[in-house]
Amino acid sequence: MIWQLDFAKRLQHGSSRFDLRVAFESGAQRLVLFGPSGAGKTQTLKVIAGLVRADSGHVRVAGRTLFSGSHGVDLSPQQRQLAYVFQDYALFPHLTVRQNIAFARRGGWINPPRRLRDEPAERWIETFRLQSVADHFPHQISGGQRQRTALARALMNNPSALLLDEPFAALDKGLRQRLREDLAGLQRELQIPMLLITHDDDDVRSLADQVVHLRAGQVVSGADAAQAAEAGSAAML
Amino acid sequence: MEGAWVALALTLKVAGWATALNLIFGVGVGYAMARWRFPGRELADAVLTLPMVMPPTVLGYYMLVLIGTHGPIGAWLLQHFGIRLIFTWQAAVIAAAVVSFPLVFKSARAAFETVDPQLEDAARLLGIGEVGVFFRVSLPLAGRGVLAGLLLAFARALGEFGATLMVAGSIPGKTQTLSIAVYEAVQAGQDDTANFLVAVTSVTCIAVLLSAGRLAPGRVAPRA
Repeated sequence: MIWQLDFAKRLQHGSSRFDLRVAFESGAQRLVLFGPSGAGKTQTLKVIAGLVRADSGHVRVAGRTLFSGSHGVDLSPQQRQLAYVFQDYALFPHLTVRQNIAFARRGGWINPPRRLRDEPAERWIETFRLQSVADHFPHQISGGQRQRTALARALMNNPSALLLDEPFAALDKGLRQRLREDLAGLQRELQIPMLLITHDDDDVRSLADQVVHLRAGQVVSGADAAQAAEAGSAAML
Repeated sequence: MEGAWVALALTLKVAGWATALNLIFGVGVGYAMARWRFPGRELADAVLTLPMVMPPTVLGYYMLVLIGTHGPIGAWLLQHFGIRLIFTWQAAVIAAAVVSFPLVFKSARAAFETVDPQLEDAARLLGIGEVGVFFRVSLPLAGRGVLAGLLLAFARALGEFGATLMVAGSIPGKTQTLSIAVYEAVQAGQDDTANFLVAVTSVTCIAVLLSAGRLAPGRVAPRA
């Protein structure tokens, strides 16, 4: 089993409250967490990454226990060794593409200098065809280049899994399909477990070995999901 | 005239040290207030801003009560280290630091609040520890706002009068800063000295404000 999730989290925002109760297991290398916005997808991803602490339960990814309420395990985001790509990529605006990608190559208090040429970082820059914009700042490059920078940065430190939050939402429709194929190819090459969240059917078609449906903070079973999807498309009509 | 340069040097020394203290405390507290949610946060903010609105003489009186040789801190320092803080240039530093603290703290808090917390999360996920996140992401992105606050605080510290007079007195060459020297010169009818001191003070303050204006947020290259 690659993904073993069983946790509960209560999110409180003023007087409104949202209960996230996610439980599923999957051996899929390419898992898609699918659901409408507001279903709790991003919060689920944040629980896996350690940015949000679950109230109880456990989170295991690729054989490592990242969180276990009953055993008192709660690894920090730093210790989880997961690659995380944010929906709007969260590139550091004060650093160049090259510095962004080499960011994790240096611990400590100082950012990699602009002139630094770090061998592994340069290899990733080449892999992602970013040589021409390596010295540009994030606001100077295109959406597709930003996405590739975010991927390269996240994959730099040999993570044990790749988490992606709606990675194509910020891109033009025309660009999406090509980048989906790129991502599928990259995943094949690296053989890294990948969890992608989306509300876009096309992402599911191109990138899912298995789909988990999330609605209102709950995982719904295959049959229910089909029904829900049908109800959804019926409502759209 | 020679006294004027001594006073200027002392004023710069006092304002410099006060600003250095605020670089640590003002920026630290500003960051904490921007990032940690706790009950009574706004009350704490109001209390920390008090030095900006309270008359400096009142602040000076509070400090006198605290660090005077009979005050709790003053007595402790005297007893354990033999340090007599009152009427020294170090006391002037404390007075200037307290009075200018809100300027640093307020600017720093506002600057840190504009930094997207998601960027800090991104750094954490890349394995960078909390101190690294602060120095590599939060501080550089809040940098200009923080620097503008520090420069304003430096300017405020340069002109500090009331609290300084209360705790450090007016000892020429030792605790007599520019603003106090001006007052003394006018009182003594030394118009030439007063004119010169006033000119020196004005030029220094304008120079500081001009640099602060250049660094103020909004004049910065836009973030996409």
